[in-house]
Amino acid sequence: MTSMRIASGLGLLLGLGLAAGQAQAQEGDAERGQQAAGACVACHQADGSGMSVSGGESWPRLAGLPAEYIAKQLHDFKEGRRENTTMMPFANMLDDQQVVDVAAYYSEMPVTEAQGGEDADEDLLARGEQLALRGDWDEYIVSCKSCHGPGNEGAGGTFPGIASQHAGYIEAQLRAWQAGERGNDPQNLMGAIAERMSDEDIRAVSVWLANQSVASE
Amino acid sequence: MTLRRTTLAVASATLAAGISMAAWAEYEKLVELGYPAPKEDELVHVPPTMADLEEADIHPELKKVIRRGYDLFTNTQQLRGENVFNDMNCSSCHLGEGRQPFSAPVWPAAVTLPDFRGKNQHVNNLEERIAGCFAYSMNGTPPEYGSDDMLALSAYHQWLATGAPMYPDQPIYGRGFPAPDRPEELSYENGEALYVENCAVCHGEDGSGLYQEGEYVFPAPWGDGSNNWGAGIVRTHTAAGFIKNNMPLGQPLSLSDQEAWDIAYYMTQQERPQDPRYTGSVDEVLEKFGPTFHKNSSYGQEREVDGHRLADHANWGEKGEEVKPWNVGQPRFEDLED
Repeated sequence: MTSMRIASGLGLLLGLGLAAGQAQAQEGDAERGQQAAGACVACHQADGSGMSVSGGESWPRLAGLPAEYIAKQLHDFKEGRRENTTMMPFANMLDDQQVVDVAAYYSEMPVTEAQGGEDADEDLLARGEQLALRGDWDEYIVSCKSCHGPGNEGAGGTFPGIASQHAGYIEAQLRAWQAGERGNDPQNLMGAIAERMSDEDIRAVSVWLANQSVASE
Repeated sequence: MTLRRTTLAVASATLAAGISMAAWAEYEKLVELGYPAPKEDELVHVPPTMADLEEADIHPELKKVIRRGYDLFTNTQQLRGENVFNDMNCSSCHLGEGRQPFSAPVWPAAVTLPDFRGKNQHVNNLEERIAGCFAYSMNGTPPEYGSDDMLALSAYHQWLATGAPMYPDQPIYGRGFPAPDRPEELSYENGEALYVENCAVCHGEDGSGLYQEGEYVFPAPWGDGSNNWGAGIVRTHTAAGFIKNNMPLGQPLSLSDQEAWDIAYYMTQQERPQDPRYTGSVDEVLEKFGPTFHKNSSYGQEREVDGHRLADHANWGEKGEEVKPWNVGQPRFEDLED
């Protein structure tokens, strides 16, 4: 606790320094990140694979997500732009330096396998594949791939890889967007699409993405 | 699938009689999103999808060729270095795999050509029209007429037109990139600010889009990775129409007319590879092609913010000096009598 207080005190100082001296890009350090990630492991696991929890809140895979994306989410949890009661207290424990360190740490891990799509039937998977790779323009649902990149493995630092992400997590997020409970995406790019998806579309795309493997380099 | 096929059959049966209620129903979503409803006299056509192709009663060899055309259309980058010398796919601008109304759906070309084309002042067929896209929009050189790739692309266009009448005598619903009314003033500065705020997250502040590990992600609105100065979308009104009706992706019609025009104005006042019709002098290009084309673009204009004369360069992009599109300036029918 003491070290935590010192850390958050330091964070505050750093934060003030940043605010005063303009946004000076902070370099994330994966080794420091490992130390700061002690509290993350319980849910997100040591290998960053997270966990699919059927009937409960699934914990997302963080392994291999863009550092920039992870850092943004942590800041958004802290500042209330992304609301999640489970995650908020943990995000609040991290100062700005720790945020970028933890982000660097998870971003460097190889992508792990996802769960939650095992029992999906063929028709559902076919619909999921269509939405993920081609979209359904008659419903004005653009493909996941058009922003989440080739193979839905992510694009730049802004658009996270969603292939090989737990079905329960993707489903919960799309529903949160639909319900207006998540809105921290740039320019509502995700929200506008989620809004047009049916329950079956959400289920389909979640199970299909969870069934995709991402080869590590 | 069965439902769609029925709708299609009904659509093609009723099109000739005027507005097809079945087709109209398919576009209800668009009207919900704020697009205009089809007018009484408009031709409404819902192109078949690739799923419909699998079900269609046509020769399996033709299906293979249409699938190849679809693949080329949506991943034109596979022709990079051969026919394509920028970072674009056909589907970068023709959204929804070339089927989408208000996103220059490509099937009208299959039912309105051969026809006279103002841009090159002679009668073009579908292949020549597609060849134009390669020379300008892809900053490349087209596959040969009659080649496998050209045939596959034409077959895909024609398949999308399935059931639409040839040489329709009605205006086509959702054709082209219809421009919103041009506001009185266009602002480069406002366009730049709006671009940074709304577009840069995908297309980059420098307009280079995103190409990641050798793969296409987001198209480049300007620069060497973009279309050259001869492409239709360098015309401000065409760019404004594209933006208004299609951008940001997934949120069509969300920008005001002024915003769409300002962004278009900013975007079309950036540099890009030279027009392949360039002969060494911007003034000569303007003299020849100003009246038919560049009167609507910023080609050769001095950019107000920095006095830079647009397109006054011999940068051909990745294509370099060596590759010249063989179809540009190719005369046709010159010895026919009037």
